[in-house]
Amino acid sequence: MRIALFITCYNDLLYPEVGQAIVRLLRRLGHEVAFPAEQTCCGQMHFNSGYQDACIPLVQRFVDAFAGYDAVVTPSGSCASMVRRYHPLVAGLAADRGVDAGLPGRVATVSPTVYELSEFLVDVLGVTDVGARFPHTVAFHPTCHSTRLLGVGDRPTRLLAAVDGLTLVDLPRSEACCGFGGTFAVKNADTSVAMGLDKVDDVLGSGADVLTAGDTSCLMHIGGLLSRRGSPVRVMHLAEILASTGADS
Amino acid sequence: MTETLPPPRRDRPEPTFRGTPPFPEAAKAALANGQLRANLGRATATIRTKRAAVVEERADWEALRLAGAAIKDEVMRDLPALLAQLEERVTAAGGTVHWARDAAEANGIVASIVHDHGAGEVVKVKSMATQEIELNEALRLEGVDVWETDLAEMIVQLGHDLPSHILVPAIHRNRAEIRDIFIDEMGNVGRPAPAGLSDVPAELAEAARLHLREKFLRARVAVSGANFAVAETGTVVVLESEGNGRMCLTLPEVLITVMGIEKLVPTWRDLEVFLQLLPRSSTAERMNPYTSIWTGVTPGDGPQAFHLILLDNGRTDVLSDTVGRQALRCIRCSACLNVCPVYERTGGQAYGSVYPGPIGAILTPQLRGIAKHPVDKQTASLPYASSLCGACFDACPVRIDIPEVLVHLRGQVVRHSEATHRLPTPEGAGMGAAAWTLRTPRRLSLAERGAGLGSRVFARRGMLRRLPGPGPVGGWFRARDLKAPARESFRAWWRRTDGGRGGD
Repeated sequence: MRIALFITCYNDLLYPEVGQAIVRLLRRLGHEVAFPAEQTCCGQMHFNSGYQDACIPLVQRFVDAFAGYDAVVTPSGSCASMVRRYHPLVAGLAADRGVDAGLPGRVATVSPTVYELSEFLVDVLGVTDVGARFPHTVAFHPTCHSTRLLGVGDRPTRLLAAVDGLTLVDLPRSEACCGFGGTFAVKNADTSVAMGLDKVDDVLGSGADVLTAGDTSCLMHIGGLLSRRGSPVRVMHLAEILASTGADS
Repeated sequence: MTETLPPPRRDRPEPTFRGTPPFPEAAKAALANGQLRANLGRATATIRTKRAAVVEERADWEALRLAGAAIKDEVMRDLPALLAQLEERVTAAGGTVHWARDAAEANGIVASIVHDHGAGEVVKVKSMATQEIELNEALRLEGVDVWETDLAEMIVQLGHDLPSHILVPAIHRNRAEIRDIFIDEMGNVGRPAPAGLSDVPAELAEAARLHLREKFLRARVAVSGANFAVAETGTVVVLESEGNGRMCLTLPEVLITVMGIEKLVPTWRDLEVFLQLLPRSSTAERMNPYTSIWTGVTPGDGPQAFHLILLDNGRTDVLSDTVGRQALRCIRCSACLNVCPVYERTGGQAYGSVYPGPIGAILTPQLRGIAKHPVDKQTASLPYASSLCGACFDACPVRIDIPEVLVHLRGQVVRHSEATHRLPTPEGAGMGAAAWTLRTPRRLSLAERGAGLGSRVFARRGMLRRLPGPGPVGGWFRARDLKAPARESFRAWWRRTDGGRGGD
């Protein structure tokens, strides 16, 4: 199986350790992953902010970079949902504008091969026990795009439940949005912070010392609020926990 | 009938949403109101739980949602023929049908009917369409008093306030506040609140009942909206919970119904689907207490004159937008408000429209013509009043993909902005620069290296407390730190270590 890693632009820039964790994890499971160097960004920020035309070259680049792989794994439920649900819309726009009549066809081939990490592990590789050890109390935030757009369901918590030494605690109102929302976090900063502070209260009330999720974007927002409060609760991507062998934490 | 004294005129104009600042600003003010936050949080949590329970007990809920969406889409497709059929059947049953292109026409028609009957006041059943056209204000200017008879709507009116929810317009008020409003205001416009009124719900309801009964028995003209109209028989349907609607729809001599043209269903078989979807989604009831159904005029029984005003007011513009038109499926249940994390914190008034929450964020800009021309700043801010979490789409009984429409409308805002500004806005410039950088991995690598270097200077323990210099993202730092860019990006690491094979 030819597997490619779509790192996503903000993990590339802000959280390279998440990509490194996926590489370590997959290698431990006996799989090599390729990193197509031509990749940049799925275009979600532009698409969701109303700059849909600016998305077209990014989608063209995406399908070119990831054509020919059996599966593309990405550490973001949000970017995976952009690719699977909205790249076809952008491709339709490119065809309507007469920019790229062939884009819908290329997108139809590549988009379905893109998986968020927990989907990839559970559905494609068929594993839930990845042989990780992480002796910490962990709360899981199920992130809106992973649950509502992709429908990852309980895959992440099944993976976490199989981690040696890990205590998974309930996060109250876990399905509530944390308030990140991409440019919403800046355009509507006050509302975003109000939503985030309620999430922070729930995280602190859960008794967890680590908050995890399948999206570093939400974790960046919640982690930024925790950091400003001086809270010792850490935020970590699911991949980092699943890659952990207990020695490095 | 003995002539009663004219009712006391209220001395203040009806408040309207005009002048509401753009959403971020209005939200900020609402967020600072602790009482509002507490009232809203409690109320929405309660109704969310109740709705989930009654939806859960229907194994065919998804099939009902699909049917609801399909019927409404069929109505949109066949709207001209269905409207003509409705007009013909209503007329045949003794009613009069009027067509109103916009709010001014609709208000003018209502006023002239009221004047024709020599009436100085009307009682009203709660109606979103009449709020949309600001009928109360228009009638007041014509010297006609308007009495809202829905309990929550009456609380809003007595309090010189604005509604904050489609179904529960006084959701932002608690019992103590309502008691105070009754004591202070009821006597100014009719029967005063009973002496020693407490904030026990039964006492508050009794005070409202006594106050309203006087108006029901006196009024000669009533104004209603419509939840549905069945084209095949010309039948109008109103669902309500308090019985005030039944009073208005049966007691007065003249009934005027203002109805958006999208409220049609083709047949009674279609109506059945919505009578299951609406109560569960709105009040979390299996069936609402009062469903009033009438066809034209019945001699000797109920109003002897019935006027149906079919209102466009931007709806045909919405219909012409292939993505946005799904908003016209809306049955005003307000399930999307109750599950919305933004609405829960800001309340409805921050949206500056009678349609608040997620549905308001897609309906208001469209009704105000965003598909055709640039809109004012407040309207343009509405499609951005969402984190795109998607809870609204999940809850919507007619499967309106609200996030999809929000993003679509953001595209219209951006296109209008690009068309009207010679120079790009700061946001447009930033987005342009980002798109340019992301077009090739080489540009992205260079930008990442620059950010990594900046990080070495400004970050403390991997976090930034602010960004150097002014920037469009300053709002981030008011309450949040930001993860600093990595000193080495993933792609640089991959290149240097051959994907980790050459060591870390």
